Amino acid sequence: MAEPIARRSLLARSAAAVSALALAGCTGIADSPWAANLLGEVEKLTKRAQRLFAGGHALAPEFPKSDIAPVFRANGTLNPNTNDYNVHASEGFRNWMIPVEGLVENPLRLSLAAIRAFPARSQITRHDCVEGWSCIGAWKGAPLAHILALARPKPDARYVVFHCADPMGEADVDTLGNVIAPPYYYESLDLLEATHPQTILAYELNGNVLPVEHGAPIRVRAERQLGYKMAKYVQRIELVDSFARIGGGKGGYWEDQGYQWYGGI
Amino acid sequence: MGEAGDTQDGHGDLLREGWDSLVNRVRAGLGLAPRGARPPRYLVYRHAIPVRALHWINAAVMLVMLMTGLQIFNAHPALYWGITSDFDHPILSMTAQGTAEHFWGVTQVGPWSFNTDGVFGASDTDGVKTVRGFPAWATIPSASPTLALGRLWHFAFAWILVLNGVAYFAYAFWSGHFRRELLPTRKDLADIPHEIVTHAKLQFPKGEAARHYNAIQKTTYFVVLCVLGPLIVLTGLTMSPTMDSAFPILLWIFGGRQSARTIHFIVAFSFLGFFLIHMAALIASAPLNGLRAMITGWFAIETEAKDG
Repeated sequence: MAEPIARRSLLARSAAAVSALALAGCTGIADSPWAANLLGEVEKLTKRAQRLFAGGHALAPEFPKSDIAPVFRANGTLNPNTNDYNVHASEGFRNWMIPVEGLVENPLRLSLAAIRAFPARSQITRHDCVEGWSCIGAWKGAPLAHILALARPKPDARYVVFHCADPMGEADVDTLGNVIAPPYYYESLDLLEATHPQTILAYELNGNVLPVEHGAPIRVRAERQLGYKMAKYVQRIELVDSFARIGGGKGGYWEDQGYQWYGGI
Repeated sequence: MGEAGDTQDGHGDLLREGWDSLVNRVRAGLGLAPRGARPPRYLVYRHAIPVRALHWINAAVMLVMLMTGLQIFNAHPALYWGITSDFDHPILSMTAQGTAEHFWGVTQVGPWSFNTDGVFGASDTDGVKTVRGFPAWATIPSASPTLALGRLWHFAFAWILVLNGVAYFAYAFWSGHFRRELLPTRKDLADIPHEIVTHAKLQFPKGEAARHYNAIQKTTYFVVLCVLGPLIVLTGLTMSPTMDSAFPILLWIFGGRQSARTIHFIVAFSFLGFFLIHMAALIASAPLNGLRAMITGWFAIETEAKDG
Protein backbone atom coordinates (compact mmCIF):
# COMPACT_ATOMS: atom_id res chain seq x y z
CA MET A 1 0.00 0.00 0.00
CA ALA A 2 1.16 3.51 -0.71
CA GLU A 3 1.82 5.88 2.17
CA PRO A 4 -0.83 8.53 1.81
CA ILE A 5 0.67 10.93 4.30
CA ALA A 6 -1.12 14.25 4.43
CA ARG A 7 1.97 16.35 4.04
CA ARG A 8 0.23 19.04 2.09
CA SER A 9 0.55 21.74 4.64
CA LEU A 10 2.33 20.03 7.46
CA LEU A 11 5.37 22.24 7.20
CA ALA A 12 3.44 25.46 6.82
CA ARG A 13 1.22 24.67 9.76
CA SER A 14 4.10 23.53 11.93
CA ALA A 15 5.85 26.76 11.18
CA ALA A 16 2.71 28.71 12.08
CA ALA A 17 2.31 26.86 15.36
CA VAL A 18 5.95 27.20 16.32
CA SER A 19 6.02 30.88 15.46
CA ALA A 20 2.85 31.45 17.46
CA LEU A 21 4.58 29.93 20.47
CA ALA A 22 7.74 31.90 19.84
CA LEU A 23 5.68 35.07 19.51
CA ALA A 24 3.98 34.40 22.80
CA GLY A 25 7.23 33.82 24.59
CA CYS A 26 9.08 36.62 22.92
CA THR A 27 9.96 39.18 25.51
CA GLY A 28 10.83 41.72 22.82
CA ILE A 29 7.17 41.91 21.85
CA ALA A 30 6.04 41.71 25.44
CA ASP A 31 8.09 44.77 26.30
CA SER A 32 7.16 46.99 23.37
CA PRO A 33 5.08 50.14 24.01
CA TRP A 34 2.43 49.40 21.39
CA ALA A 35 1.72 46.08 23.06
CA ALA A 36 1.36 47.88 26.38
CA ASN A 37 -1.14 50.31 24.79
CA LEU A 38 -3.19 47.47 23.35
CA LEU A 39 -3.15 45.76 26.72
CA GLY A 40 -4.26 49.04 28.31
CA GLU A 41 -7.46 48.78 26.28
CA VAL A 42 -7.99 45.30 27.66
CA GLU A 43 -7.59 46.74 31.16
CA LYS A 44 -10.61 48.97 30.46
CA LEU A 45 -12.54 45.90 29.32
CA THR A 46 -11.64 44.18 32.60
CA LYS A 47 -12.87 47.20 34.55
CA ARG A 48 -16.17 47.24 32.67
CA ALA A 49 -16.68 43.52 33.14
CA GLN A 50 -15.96 43.71 36.86
CA ARG A 51 -18.28 46.70 37.26
CA LEU A 52 -20.99 44.74 35.45
CA PHE A 53 -20.99 42.26 38.32
CA ALA A 54 -19.91 44.41 41.26
CA GLY A 55 -21.78 47.59 40.30
CA GLY A 56 -21.56 50.56 42.62
CA HIS A 57 -22.72 48.96 45.82
CA ALA A 58 -21.52 45.36 46.18
CA LEU A 59 -19.67 45.41 49.49
CA ALA A 60 -16.21 44.03 50.13
CA PRO A 61 -16.36 41.23 52.69
CA GLU A 62 -16.07 42.32 56.31
CA PHE A 63 -14.58 40.12 59.02
CA PRO A 64 -15.03 39.40 62.73
CA LYS A 65 -12.66 40.99 65.27
CA SER A 66 -10.91 37.66 65.72
CA ASP A 67 -9.51 37.93 62.18
CA ILE A 68 -7.68 41.22 62.81
CA ALA A 69 -3.95 40.78 62.16
CA PRO A 70 -1.78 41.26 65.29
CA VAL A 71 0.51 43.53 63.26
CA PHE A 72 -0.90 45.35 60.26
CA ARG A 73 1.85 45.44 57.66
CA ALA A 74 2.82 48.95 56.56
CA ASN A 75 3.95 49.44 52.98
CA GLY A 76 5.03 52.29 50.71
CA THR A 77 6.01 55.50 52.50
CA LEU A 78 6.43 54.84 56.24
CA ASN A 79 7.03 58.48 57.20
CA PRO A 80 6.88 61.49 54.85
CA ASN A 81 9.53 63.12 57.08
CA THR A 82 9.29 66.56 55.50
CA ASN A 83 9.61 69.69 57.66
CA ASP A 84 5.95 70.55 57.18
CA TYR A 85 4.80 67.07 57.99
CA ASN A 86 6.99 66.80 61.07
CA VAL A 87 5.59 70.08 62.42
CA HIS A 88 2.03 68.83 61.91
CA ALA A 89 2.91 65.52 63.54
CA SER A 90 4.38 67.28 66.58
CA GLU A 91 1.12 69.26 66.90
CA GLY A 92 -0.95 66.10 66.75
CA PHE A 93 -2.18 67.25 63.31
CA ARG A 94 -4.59 69.75 64.92
CA ASN A 95 -3.78 72.28 62.16
CA TRP A 96 -4.04 69.75 59.31
CA MET A 97 -6.51 71.09 56.74
CA ILE A 98 -7.79 69.17 53.75
CA PRO A 99 -9.26 71.37 51.01
CA VAL A 100 -11.88 69.74 48.80
CA GLU A 101 -11.74 71.71 45.59
CA GLY A 102 -11.69 71.60 41.83
CA LEU A 103 -14.93 70.79 40.04
CA VAL A 104 -17.23 71.28 43.03
CA GLU A 105 -20.05 73.77 43.65
CA ASN A 106 -19.12 74.17 47.30
CA PRO A 107 -15.36 74.01 47.99
CA LEU A 108 -14.52 72.86 51.52
CA ARG A 109 -11.66 73.14 53.95
CA LEU A 110 -11.86 70.25 56.37
CA SER A 111 -10.03 70.07 59.66
CA LEU A 112 -9.58 66.71 61.36
CA ALA A 113 -12.31 67.71 63.80
CA ALA A 114 -14.65 68.42 60.88
CA ILE A 115 -13.89 65.03 59.35
CA ARG A 116 -14.47 63.33 62.70
CA ALA A 117 -17.79 65.17 62.98
CA PHE A 118 -19.23 63.29 59.98
CA PRO A 119 -21.19 60.12 60.88
CA ALA A 120 -18.39 57.54 61.11
CA ARG A 121 -18.22 54.16 59.45
CA SER A 122 -16.24 51.30 61.02
CA GLN A 123 -15.23 48.28 58.99
CA ILE A 124 -12.98 45.26 59.48
CA THR A 125 -11.67 44.56 56.03
CA ARG A 126 -8.95 42.78 54.12
CA HIS A 127 -6.19 44.90 52.64
CA ASP A 128 -4.82 43.39 49.41
CA CYS A 129 -1.44 44.54 48.22
CA VAL A 130 -0.68 44.50 44.51
CA GLU A 131 2.32 42.35 45.46
CA GLY A 132 -0.02 39.56 46.48
CA TRP A 133 -0.27 39.57 50.27
CA SER A 134 -3.32 40.33 52.41
CA CYS A 135 -3.80 41.72 55.92
CA ILE A 136 -6.95 42.39 57.98
CA GLY A 137 -7.49 45.56 59.98
CA ALA A 138 -10.31 47.56 61.59
CA TRP A 139 -10.77 51.02 60.10
CA LYS A 140 -12.87 53.95 61.17
CA GLY A 141 -13.48 57.07 59.13
CA ALA A 142 -15.86 59.41 57.36
CA PRO A 143 -17.55 58.04 54.22
CA LEU A 144 -16.21 60.03 51.30
CA ALA A 145 -19.72 60.02 49.82
CA HIS A 146 -20.91 62.28 52.67
CA ILE A 147 -18.07 64.73 52.12
CA LEU A 148 -18.61 64.80 48.37
CA ALA A 149 -22.35 65.32 48.88
CA LEU A 150 -21.50 68.41 50.91
CA ALA A 151 -19.03 69.66 48.29
CA ARG A 152 -21.53 68.97 45.44
CA PRO A 153 -19.44 67.79 42.45
CA LYS A 154 -20.15 69.67 39.23
CA PRO A 155 -21.70 67.65 36.38
CA ASP A 156 -18.37 67.37 34.53
CA ALA A 157 -16.46 66.02 37.57
CA ARG A 158 -15.35 62.43 36.89
CA TYR A 159 -12.52 61.65 39.27
CA VAL A 160 -11.53 62.38 42.84
CA VAL A 161 -7.78 63.00 43.13
CA PHE A 162 -5.99 62.65 46.47
CA HIS A 163 -2.84 64.76 46.75
CA CYS A 164 -0.56 63.46 49.48
CA ALA A 165 2.14 64.76 51.80
CA ASP A 166 4.75 62.07 51.09
CA PRO A 167 7.51 62.86 48.59
CA MET A 168 8.52 59.91 46.42
CA GLY A 169 12.30 60.15 46.34
CA GLU A 170 14.81 62.90 47.13
CA ALA A 171 14.94 66.46 45.87
CA ASP A 172 17.37 66.87 42.98
CA VAL A 173 19.54 69.76 41.80
CA ASP A 174 19.87 70.44 38.08
CA THR A 175 23.00 71.74 36.29
CA LEU A 176 21.95 75.39 36.91
CA GLY A 177 21.66 74.79 40.62
CA ASN A 178 17.85 74.81 40.69
CA VAL A 179 16.29 72.48 43.18
CA ILE A 180 13.85 70.06 41.55
CA ALA A 181 11.19 68.89 43.95
CA PRO A 182 10.48 65.17 43.91
CA PRO A 183 7.00 64.07 42.85
CA TYR A 184 4.55 63.67 45.70
CA TYR A 185 2.30 60.64 45.99
CA TYR A 186 -1.16 61.05 44.55
CA GLU A 187 -3.98 58.73 43.61
CA SER A 188 -7.46 58.87 42.16
CA LEU A 189 -10.78 57.07 42.16
CA ASP A 190 -13.69 57.58 39.82
CA LEU A 191 -16.92 58.85 41.33
CA LEU A 192 -18.47 55.37 41.45
CA GLU A 193 -15.67 54.00 43.62
CA ALA A 194 -15.29 57.25 45.57
CA THR A 195 -18.95 57.21 46.63
CA HIS A 196 -18.99 53.48 47.46
CA PRO A 197 -20.29 52.98 51.02
CA GLN A 198 -16.97 51.46 52.19
CA THR A 199 -14.81 54.22 50.73
CA ILE A 200 -13.83 56.31 53.75
CA LEU A 201 -11.30 58.89 54.85
CA ALA A 202 -9.89 56.82 57.70
CA TYR A 203 -8.49 58.29 60.92
CA GLU A 204 -8.38 55.16 63.08
CA LEU A 205 -6.79 51.73 62.71
CA ASN A 206 -7.64 48.94 65.16
CA GLY A 207 -9.19 51.41 67.59
CA ASN A 208 -6.14 53.71 67.74
CA VAL A 209 -5.38 57.03 66.09
CA LEU A 210 -4.00 56.27 62.63
CA PRO A 211 -0.24 55.67 63.03
CA VAL A 212 2.26 57.59 60.91
CA GLU A 213 3.36 54.49 58.97
CA HIS A 214 -0.26 53.93 57.93
CA GLY A 215 -0.87 57.45 56.65
CA ALA A 216 -1.59 59.74 59.62
CA PRO A 217 -3.64 61.76 59.97
CA ILE A 218 -5.93 60.69 57.08
CA ARG A 219 -5.75 57.91 54.55
CA VAL A 220 -8.17 56.59 51.96
CA ARG A 221 -9.78 53.17 52.35
CA ALA A 222 -11.39 51.89 49.12
CA GLU A 223 -12.07 48.32 50.06
CA ARG A 224 -12.70 46.89 46.59
CA GLN A 225 -9.33 48.12 45.37
CA LEU A 226 -5.68 47.20 45.83
CA GLY A 227 -3.53 48.94 48.42
CA TYR A 228 -1.80 51.42 46.13
CA LYS A 229 -5.19 53.03 45.34
CA MET A 230 -5.65 53.92 49.00
CA ALA A 231 -3.59 57.09 49.32
CA LYS A 232 -2.00 57.83 52.71
CA TYR A 233 -1.17 61.27 54.21
CA VAL A 234 -4.05 62.89 52.28
CA GLN A 235 -3.42 66.62 52.10
CA ARG A 236 -5.78 67.89 49.42
CA ILE A 237 -8.75 66.49 47.51
CA GLU A 238 -9.41 67.68 44.00
CA LEU A 239 -12.27 66.80 41.66
CA VAL A 240 -11.30 66.74 37.98
CA ASP A 241 -12.62 65.73 34.59
CA SER A 242 -9.24 64.35 33.42
CA PHE A 243 -5.75 63.56 34.71
CA ALA A 244 -4.02 65.45 31.91
CA ARG A 245 -2.62 68.27 34.05
CA ILE A 246 -1.75 66.21 37.12
CA GLY A 247 1.62 64.51 37.70
CA GLY A 248 2.48 62.23 34.80
CA GLY A 249 -1.12 62.33 33.59
CA LYS A 250 -2.04 58.72 34.42
CA GLY A 251 -4.07 59.33 37.57
CA GLY A 252 -1.60 58.27 40.23
CA TYR A 253 2.04 58.04 41.25
CA TRP A 254 2.29 54.31 40.51
CA GLU A 255 0.14 54.68 37.40
CA ASP A 256 2.75 57.15 36.12
CA GLN A 257 5.35 54.38 36.63
CA GLY A 258 3.28 51.94 34.53
CA TYR A 259 0.84 50.41 37.00
CA GLN A 260 -2.82 49.98 36.06
CA TRP A 261 -5.20 52.76 37.02
CA TYR A 262 -7.93 50.20 37.65
CA GLY A 263 -6.96 48.53 40.90
CA GLY A 264 -9.92 46.18 41.38
CA ILE A 265 -7.99 43.14 40.20
CA MET B 1 -12.52 17.28 5.32
CA GLY B 2 -14.79 14.74 6.91
CA GLU B 3 -15.86 13.97 10.42
CA ALA B 4 -13.39 12.60 12.90
CA GLY B 5 -12.90 8.92 12.12
CA ASP B 6 -13.05 9.12 8.33
CA THR B 7 -10.29 7.29 6.58
CA GLN B 8 -8.23 8.55 3.73
CA ASP B 9 -6.87 5.66 1.72
CA GLY B 10 -6.80 4.13 -1.75
CA HIS B 11 -5.45 7.18 -3.49
CA GLY B 12 -4.27 4.93 -6.33
CA ASP B 13 -3.24 7.75 -8.57
CA LEU B 14 -0.72 6.97 -11.24
CA LEU B 15 1.73 9.64 -10.27
CA ARG B 16 1.98 8.27 -6.75
CA GLU B 17 2.48 4.70 -8.03
CA GLY B 18 5.17 5.85 -10.41
CA TRP B 19 6.88 7.73 -7.62
CA ASP B 20 6.71 4.71 -5.31
CA SER B 21 8.25 2.45 -7.89
CA LEU B 22 11.06 4.93 -8.43
CA VAL B 23 11.61 5.17 -4.67
CA ASN B 24 11.72 1.41 -4.39
CA ARG B 25 14.30 1.09 -7.15
CA VAL B 26 16.49 3.55 -5.32
CA ARG B 27 15.92 1.74 -2.05
CA ALA B 28 16.83 -1.58 -3.68
CA GLY B 29 20.00 0.00 -5.01
CA LEU B 30 20.86 1.06 -1.45
CA GLY B 31 20.13 -2.41 -0.15
CA LEU B 32 16.93 -1.32 1.63
CA ALA B 33 13.66 -3.20 1.71
CA PRO B 34 10.97 -1.82 -0.56
CA ARG B 35 8.44 0.48 1.01
CA GLY B 36 5.63 -2.02 0.73
CA ALA B 37 7.44 -4.27 3.15
CA ARG B 38 6.87 -1.80 5.98
CA PRO B 39 3.84 -2.53 8.09
CA PRO B 40 0.74 -1.31 6.33
CA ARG B 41 -0.67 1.88 7.76
CA TYR B 42 -3.57 4.14 7.04
CA LEU B 43 -4.60 7.57 8.12
CA VAL B 44 -7.61 8.54 10.15
CA TYR B 45 -8.93 12.04 10.55
CA ARG B 46 -8.55 12.35 14.27
CA HIS B 47 -8.78 15.99 15.33
CA ALA B 48 -11.33 18.37 13.83
CA ILE B 49 -10.23 21.91 12.97
CA PRO B 50 -11.78 23.61 16.04
CA VAL B 51 -10.01 21.22 18.41
CA ARG B 52 -6.65 21.76 16.69
CA ALA B 53 -6.96 25.54 16.48
CA LEU B 54 -8.13 25.90 20.08
CA HIS B 55 -5.41 23.47 21.24
CA TRP B 56 -2.61 25.59 19.79
CA ILE B 57 -4.10 28.89 20.92
CA ASN B 58 -4.39 27.39 24.37
CA ALA B 59 -0.79 26.16 24.29
CA ALA B 60 0.55 29.63 23.45
CA VAL B 61 -1.72 31.39 25.94
CA MET B 62 -0.86 28.96 28.75
CA LEU B 63 2.83 29.61 28.19
CA VAL B 64 2.26 33.36 28.54
CA MET B 65 0.01 32.85 31.58
CA LEU B 66 2.59 30.70 33.34
CA MET B 67 5.53 33.01 32.67
CA THR B 68 3.67 36.25 33.51
CA GLY B 69 2.21 34.49 36.56
CA LEU B 70 5.69 33.65 37.84
CA GLN B 71 6.66 37.29 37.26
CA ILE B 72 3.72 38.44 39.40
CA PHE B 73 4.56 35.84 42.06
CA ASN B 74 8.09 37.26 42.25
CA ALA B 75 6.68 40.51 43.69
CA HIS B 76 5.96 38.60 46.90
CA PRO B 77 7.46 35.11 46.54
CA ALA B 78 5.59 33.46 49.39
CA LEU B 79 2.34 31.52 49.75
CA TYR B 80 -0.05 31.31 52.69
CA TRP B 81 -3.11 29.36 53.69
CA GLY B 82 -6.34 31.04 54.80
CA ILE B 83 -7.80 34.52 54.52
CA THR B 84 -4.65 36.58 55.03
CA SER B 85 -0.86 36.39 55.03
CA ASP B 86 0.70 35.09 58.22
CA PHE B 87 4.09 36.50 57.29
CA ASP B 88 5.95 34.41 59.86
CA HIS B 89 4.46 31.14 58.64
CA PRO B 90 4.33 30.95 54.86
CA ILE B 91 3.66 27.47 53.49
CA LEU B 92 6.17 28.20 50.76
CA SER B 93 8.67 30.98 50.33
CA MET B 94 11.63 31.77 48.12
CA THR B 95 14.07 34.11 49.79
CA ALA B 96 17.75 34.90 49.99
CA GLN B 97 20.00 34.45 53.01
CA GLY B 98 23.40 35.93 53.75
CA THR B 99 24.66 39.48 53.39
CA ALA B 100 24.12 42.14 50.73
CA GLU B 101 27.43 41.11 49.11
CA HIS B 102 27.24 37.37 49.56
CA PHE B 103 23.80 35.76 49.51
CA TRP B 104 22.22 32.58 48.31
CA GLY B 105 18.69 31.47 47.39
CA VAL B 106 16.67 29.45 49.87
CA THR B 107 13.30 27.81 49.30
CA GLN B 108 11.22 27.02 52.34
CA VAL B 109 8.35 24.53 52.13
CA GLY B 110 6.54 24.31 55.47
CA PRO B 111 9.22 23.52 58.06
CA TRP B 112 11.80 22.41 55.51
CA SER B 113 14.44 24.65 53.95
CA PHE B 114 16.43 23.92 50.81
CA ASN B 115 19.37 25.67 49.24
CA THR B 116 18.03 26.49 45.77
CA ASP B 117 20.67 29.05 44.89
CA GLY B 118 20.81 29.94 41.20
CA VAL B 119 17.21 28.87 40.57
CA PHE B 120 14.77 29.86 43.35
CA GLY B 121 15.36 32.76 45.76
CA ALA B 122 18.45 34.16 44.07
CA SER B 123 19.65 33.84 40.48
CA ASP B 124 21.45 35.71 37.75
CA THR B 125 19.60 38.48 35.91
CA ASP B 126 21.62 39.75 32.94
CA GLY B 127 24.72 38.29 34.54
CA VAL B 128 24.14 39.95 37.93
CA LYS B 129 23.19 37.88 40.95
CA THR B 130 19.77 39.09 42.09
CA VAL B 131 17.33 38.27 44.87
CA ARG B 132 14.23 36.96 43.06
CA GLY B 133 11.74 34.11 43.43
CA PHE B 134 11.77 32.48 40.01
CA PRO B 135 14.74 33.03 37.70
CA ALA B 136 14.63 35.52 34.83
CA TRP B 137 14.41 32.81 32.17
CA ALA B 138 11.08 31.67 33.60
CA THR B 139 9.39 35.07 33.72
CA ILE B 140 8.01 37.63 31.25
CA PRO B 141 7.91 40.46 30.48
CA SER B 142 11.39 41.56 31.47
CA ALA B 143 10.86 45.34 31.14
CA SER B 144 10.19 47.50 34.18
CA PRO B 145 8.02 47.74 36.11
CA THR B 146 7.92 43.96 35.91
CA LEU B 147 5.00 43.51 38.29
CA ALA B 148 2.81 46.07 36.50
CA LEU B 149 3.56 44.71 33.03
CA GLY B 150 3.29 41.12 34.20
CA ARG B 151 -0.18 41.90 35.56
CA LEU B 152 -1.19 43.71 32.37
CA TRP B 153 -0.22 40.72 30.25
CA HIS B 154 -1.60 38.14 32.65
CA PHE B 155 -5.06 39.73 32.82
CA ALA B 156 -5.21 40.34 29.06
CA PHE B 157 -4.27 36.76 28.18
CA ALA B 158 -6.70 35.53 30.84
CA TRP B 159 -9.47 36.85 28.60
CA ILE B 160 -8.14 34.82 25.66
CA LEU B 161 -7.75 31.76 27.88
CA VAL B 162 -11.32 31.96 29.11
CA LEU B 163 -12.84 32.74 25.69
CA ASN B 164 -10.80 29.90 24.19
CA GLY B 165 -12.03 27.55 26.92
CA VAL B 166 -15.64 28.61 26.43
CA ALA B 167 -15.31 28.07 22.66
CA TYR B 168 -13.79 24.65 23.28
CA PHE B 169 -16.53 23.50 25.65
CA ALA B 170 -19.24 24.89 23.36
CA TYR B 171 -17.79 22.96 20.43
CA ALA B 172 -17.10 19.83 22.47
CA PHE B 173 -20.68 19.59 23.76
CA TRP B 174 -22.34 20.65 20.52
CA SER B 175 -20.35 18.24 18.33
CA GLY B 176 -20.47 15.30 20.72
CA HIS B 177 -16.67 15.39 20.94
CA PHE B 178 -16.89 15.60 24.71
CA ARG B 179 -19.24 12.67 25.19
CA ARG B 180 -17.74 10.50 22.45
CA GLU B 181 -14.03 11.10 22.88
CA LEU B 182 -13.42 12.51 26.33
CA LEU B 183 -15.97 11.40 28.90
CA PRO B 184 -14.47 8.26 30.48
CA THR B 185 -16.87 5.33 30.37
CA ARG B 186 -17.30 2.79 33.15
CA LYS B 187 -15.23 0.39 31.06
CA ASP B 188 -12.50 3.02 30.71
CA LEU B 189 -12.30 3.44 34.45
CA ALA B 190 -12.09 -0.33 34.92
CA ASP B 191 -9.25 -0.47 32.35
CA ILE B 192 -7.09 2.09 34.12
CA PRO B 193 -5.04 -0.30 36.33
CA HIS B 194 -4.20 -2.47 33.33
CA GLU B 195 -3.33 0.58 31.23
CA ILE B 196 -1.05 1.96 33.89
CA VAL B 197 0.96 -1.25 33.62
CA THR B 198 1.16 -1.16 29.82
CA HIS B 199 1.98 2.58 29.81
CA ALA B 200 4.75 1.97 32.32
CA LYS B 201 6.22 -0.56 29.90
CA LEU B 202 5.88 2.09 27.15
CA GLN B 203 3.49 -0.16 25.25
CA PHE B 204 1.00 2.06 23.51
CA PRO B 205 -2.19 0.98 21.77
CA LYS B 206 -1.90 0.05 18.09
CA GLY B 207 -4.33 -0.64 15.32
CA GLU B 208 -8.00 0.09 15.94
CA ALA B 209 -7.37 0.73 19.65
CA ALA B 210 -5.15 3.68 18.72
CA ARG B 211 -8.02 5.41 16.92
CA HIS B 212 -9.51 6.63 20.17
CA TYR B 213 -8.21 8.05 23.38
CA ASN B 214 -7.37 5.32 25.86
CA ALA B 215 -8.67 5.34 29.42
CA ILE B 216 -5.64 7.16 30.85
CA GLN B 217 -5.81 9.82 28.17
CA LYS B 218 -9.54 10.33 28.63
CA THR B 219 -9.23 10.57 32.40
CA THR B 220 -6.26 12.92 32.22
CA TYR B 221 -7.85 15.24 29.66
CA PHE B 222 -11.10 15.15 31.59
CA VAL B 223 -9.40 16.20 34.82
CA VAL B 224 -7.32 18.90 33.09
CA LEU B 225 -10.32 20.37 31.27
CA CYS B 226 -13.05 19.98 33.86
CA VAL B 227 -11.14 20.31 37.13
CA LEU B 228 -7.89 22.24 36.59
CA GLY B 229 -9.43 24.58 33.99
CA PRO B 230 -12.29 25.91 36.14
CA LEU B 231 -10.04 25.92 39.23
CA ILE B 232 -7.40 28.16 37.67
CA VAL B 233 -10.05 30.66 36.53
CA LEU B 234 -12.03 30.73 39.77
CA THR B 235 -9.00 30.96 42.07
CA GLY B 236 -7.70 33.75 39.82
CA LEU B 237 -10.96 35.68 40.17
CA THR B 238 -10.92 35.14 43.94
CA MET B 239 -7.71 37.18 44.16
CA SER B 240 -9.53 40.23 42.76
CA PRO B 241 -10.95 42.38 45.59
CA THR B 242 -13.74 43.67 43.35
CA MET B 243 -14.73 40.12 42.33
CA ASP B 244 -14.80 39.18 46.02
CA SER B 245 -17.34 41.94 46.59
CA ALA B 246 -19.47 40.69 43.68
CA PHE B 247 -19.12 36.96 44.51
CA PRO B 248 -18.20 36.49 48.19
CA ILE B 249 -19.00 32.79 47.75
CA LEU B 250 -15.62 32.45 46.02
CA LEU B 251 -13.92 33.14 49.35
CA TRP B 252 -16.07 30.52 51.04
CA ILE B 253 -15.27 27.93 48.36
CA PHE B 254 -11.50 28.36 48.55
CA GLY B 255 -11.15 29.28 52.21
CA GLY B 256 -9.96 32.84 51.68
CA ARG B 257 -7.93 34.93 49.28
CA GLN B 258 -4.52 33.62 50.30
CA SER B 259 -5.69 30.00 50.02
CA ALA B 260 -7.05 30.83 46.58
CA ARG B 261 -3.66 32.28 45.64
CA THR B 262 -1.93 29.11 46.86
CA ILE B 263 -4.38 26.86 44.98
CA HIS B 264 -3.87 29.03 41.89
CA PHE B 265 -0.13 28.37 42.17
CA ILE B 266 -0.59 24.62 42.70
CA VAL B 267 -2.99 24.33 39.76
CA ALA B 268 -0.60 26.31 37.54
CA PHE B 269 2.14 23.80 38.34
CA SER B 270 -0.32 20.95 37.80
CA PHE B 271 -0.77 22.31 34.28
CA LEU B 272 3.01 22.38 33.90
CA GLY B 273 3.17 18.79 35.17
CA PHE B 274 0.47 17.78 32.71
CA PHE B 275 2.42 19.46 29.91
CA LEU B 276 5.60 17.56 30.79
CA ILE B 277 3.74 14.22 30.90
CA HIS B 278 1.93 15.15 27.69
CA MET B 279 5.33 15.75 26.01
CA ALA B 280 6.86 12.59 27.50
CA ALA B 281 3.94 10.51 26.26
CA LEU B 282 4.17 12.09 22.83
CA ILE B 283 7.88 11.43 22.55
CA ALA B 284 7.63 7.89 23.93
CA SER B 285 4.79 6.89 21.58
CA ALA B 286 5.02 8.37 18.09
CA PRO B 287 6.10 12.01 18.24
CA LEU B 288 5.80 12.94 14.57
CA ASN B 289 2.53 11.11 14.13
CA GLY B 290 0.99 12.71 17.19
CA LEU B 291 2.29 16.16 16.30
CA ARG B 292 1.03 15.85 12.74
CA ALA B 293 -2.37 14.74 13.98
CA MET B 294 -2.70 17.88 16.10
CA ILE B 295 -1.52 20.05 13.19
CA THR B 296 -3.17 18.52 10.10
CA GLY B 297 -5.78 16.37 11.81
CA TRP B 298 -4.52 13.12 10.23
CA PHE B 299 -3.24 10.37 12.47
CA ALA B 300 -1.51 7.27 11.09
CA ILE B 301 -2.73 3.94 12.37
CA GLU B 302 -0.19 1.14 12.30
CA THR B 303 -1.99 -2.10 11.59
CA GLU B 304 -1.29 -4.91 13.98
CA ALA B 305 -0.20 -7.33 11.22
CA LYS B 306 3.43 -6.70 11.86
CA ASP B 307 5.32 -4.53 14.25
CA GLY B 308 8.16 -2.69 12.54
